[in-house]
Amino acid sequence: MDLRFTPEEVAFRAEVRTFFESNLPADIRRKQMLGQRLAKEDIVNWQRILNKKGWACPLWPVEYGGTGWDAVRYFIFKEESYRAYAPDALSHNITQSGPVICAYGTPEQKEFFLPKLRNMDIWMCQGFSEPGSGSDLASLKTRAVREGDHYIINGQKLWTTNGHRADWMYGLVRTSTDGKKQAGISYLLIDMASPGVQVRPVVTLDNDHHTNETFFNNVKVPVKNLIGDENKGWTIAKFALGNERAGIAKVGLSKARLALVKALAQRVEVDGKPLGESSRFREKMALIETELKALEITNMMVVAGMKKGGPKQDPRTSVLKLKGSELQQATTELMMEVAGPHAMAHQHAFLEARNDDTVGPDWAGTASPNYYFNRAVSIFGGSSEIQHNIVAKAVLGL
Amino acid sequence: MDFDLSEEQRMLKESVDRLLEDRYSFEQRKTYTQAPDGWSRELWQQYADLGLLGVPFSQDHGGFGGGPVETMILMEAFGKALVLEPYFATVILFGGALKTAGSEAQQAALLPKITEGKLLGAFAHSERDARYDLADVKTTAKKDASVEGGWVLDGEKTVVIHGDCADKLVVSARVSGGQRDKDGLALFLVDAKAPGVTRKAYPTQDSLRAADITLKGVKVAAGDVLGEPGKAYEAIERIAQSAIQALSAEAVGGMQEMLDITVEYLKTRQQFGVPIGSFQALQHRAVDMLVATEQARSMAMFASMMVDEKDAVERAKAISAAKVHIGKSGRYVGQQSIQLHGGIGMTLEYKVGHYFIRSTMIEILFGDTDHHLASLAKAGGLIPAGTTA
Repeated sequence: MDLRFTPEEVAFRAEVRTFFESNLPADIRRKQMLGQRLAKEDIVNWQRILNKKGWACPLWPVEYGGTGWDAVRYFIFKEESYRAYAPDALSHNITQSGPVICAYGTPEQKEFFLPKLRNMDIWMCQGFSEPGSGSDLASLKTRAVREGDHYIINGQKLWTTNGHRADWMYGLVRTSTDGKKQAGISYLLIDMASPGVQVRPVVTLDNDHHTNETFFNNVKVPVKNLIGDENKGWTIAKFALGNERAGIAKVGLSKARLALVKALAQRVEVDGKPLGESSRFREKMALIETELKALEITNMMVVAGMKKGGPKQDPRTSVLKLKGSELQQATTELMMEVAGPHAMAHQHAFLEARNDDTVGPDWAGTASPNYYFNRAVSIFGGSSEIQHNIVAKAVLGL
Repeated sequence: MDFDLSEEQRMLKESVDRLLEDRYSFEQRKTYTQAPDGWSRELWQQYADLGLLGVPFSQDHGGFGGGPVETMILMEAFGKALVLEPYFATVILFGGALKTAGSEAQQAALLPKITEGKLLGAFAHSERDARYDLADVKTTAKKDASVEGGWVLDGEKTVVIHGDCADKLVVSARVSGGQRDKDGLALFLVDAKAPGVTRKAYPTQDSLRAADITLKGVKVAAGDVLGEPGKAYEAIERIAQSAIQALSAEAVGGMQEMLDITVEYLKTRQQFGVPIGSFQALQHRAVDMLVATEQARSMAMFASMMVDEKDAVERAKAISAAKVHIGKSGRYVGQQSIQLHGGIGMTLEYKVGHYFIRSTMIEILFGDTDHHLASLAKAGGLIPAGTTA
């Protein structure tokens, strides 16, 4: 047992760190530190810098642009990425639809989509959830009826994050109502510019427009946009879920945020002393830090196991998702507490980085919306309660 | 980065697991508690024969030459079986004190005897008013006028784990300074039957034994001083840190067992015509026990990784963080294991409650959760403050 990284891994970390330090544009870094929203061009810009370096889609097979890193290197890459305040890659392109197309796509689909996805020439959005199908996703009703070379789509998707920015959607649609509900679902790529697609904003608690509902009214989708076999969409969608497990806990993100909280708590005074000197606040932070350290080591165990080709069903993966979202939320809560009364002003233009004119200190201007918005991390991608159900069944055998 | 055990470590684990599986059923354990010492002398000799009593000692002293990982393996197994024998007191604390503060001659004289199972020891440090402050020592050590280099000890030590059966004690005493000064402490080797030593033995909550020890004009020869008198605080801190590393692993063994016993019970206990494990409220609680146990396991690893760290500040912070987490998760897993069992969890006739009790004692030993959380917070936490925009 040796809990240290190998010399090669240490050198790799240094290489990644240097790259991030010299290539992440200063304005993007600043927005990230201040908790501001990134513009579409910021995300595109950064992804293209990574793509030029060959780091656009580390987990894809090497032949499609992947780096060939093992799980430990990917973990280091993500840690350094958060440490540098670099944005996450657009998951819909890089960890969701990309790997699916690599695994199930036809040669034509691969050739058309993969280079564009990794360079952000096109944006993907996800069409899974529906008003009546959240945790019970397999009950989805959006219908795709085959007519010659096309499917005709009718129905409604909800929580289409970035739908208003997206060029394409990877969606789950019902192609059959026979047998088990999972057995009648297909995975389809839908051009968002198709006639009959209508996107309506759904404003979230941070008063921002991230997400949407999307309506389909007799939308024609060529059959060649089907991924894999008809009625096999459920298996294909599940394939993508396990992809991100090395990075799902986002330990690096929570660490960076806590480091920021710690620095900012020195700038706020309580009874003439910095909040960061208050033993109560320090203990509150310390408790979160012990949880984060435990999660970091759990994460290291998972990636070390993955590197060795360990079992796919590692019970600790669910610990990563459950605890990871809890700690992302805990750190945004702390940030809001540091901001104190400054968290009360509604400063939407600042949140969107349209001005620098803040009521209190600039760092406090985004604290409350980010706190609200982070409540979502224990809901999307399988809510914490669903995670509990999965672990109870798959790990504990209950 | 490699979390797998080496071939030697795997063999160590297999041999201790096999022995405890054969000899430490809940019923067998009950018979050991009824022995005069409250544990089995015969098993102690078996530990010696298997080389377990020398695991942390160097091969020069007849030991196994193991490090924190080997200790972790053993203590986790002991935690799973709720072992009663005085391994923690003799090997971890007493042996640890010799390893940390003893001279080569002192180590060469005593460590092989521990390894052979012929010497029991205890660490007589804590005092009635000290609570968790390692520097809080009132017991005095004064120069003995009658013997060159000798000392005379006077004072009282409390809740000395396995102080009842120890042949020798490591006693902390103050040679100078005030009651809570870090300067002025010293460690002494004292024969438990030396004139002036009286012991009041009693059982502890977790079916172990302890003693209050009174020292009245106890003479210590020059050769039985451990390290430099007046400078022992750092050694005491190291002994406590090694103790916490070992306890963390023991706690994880206990938590895993509580989880396993509870999940098994949820699958077999029937109410309303179905196994109670089919109820979602109970399932989710069991999952939270699993999460707490896995996180605690990670912190026991962290403690093992950091207990020999050279940077004293980083080491102390890491050990405190581990103790905080172990305390918190041990309490959660323990309480839930009782709750999910319902009535049967409340009886001493059933095993799960014994784990809960031991887990509660582990939280108290060498500083509880609040104590270590305060230390960690005061030292600035684990993550350095970042730069800001």
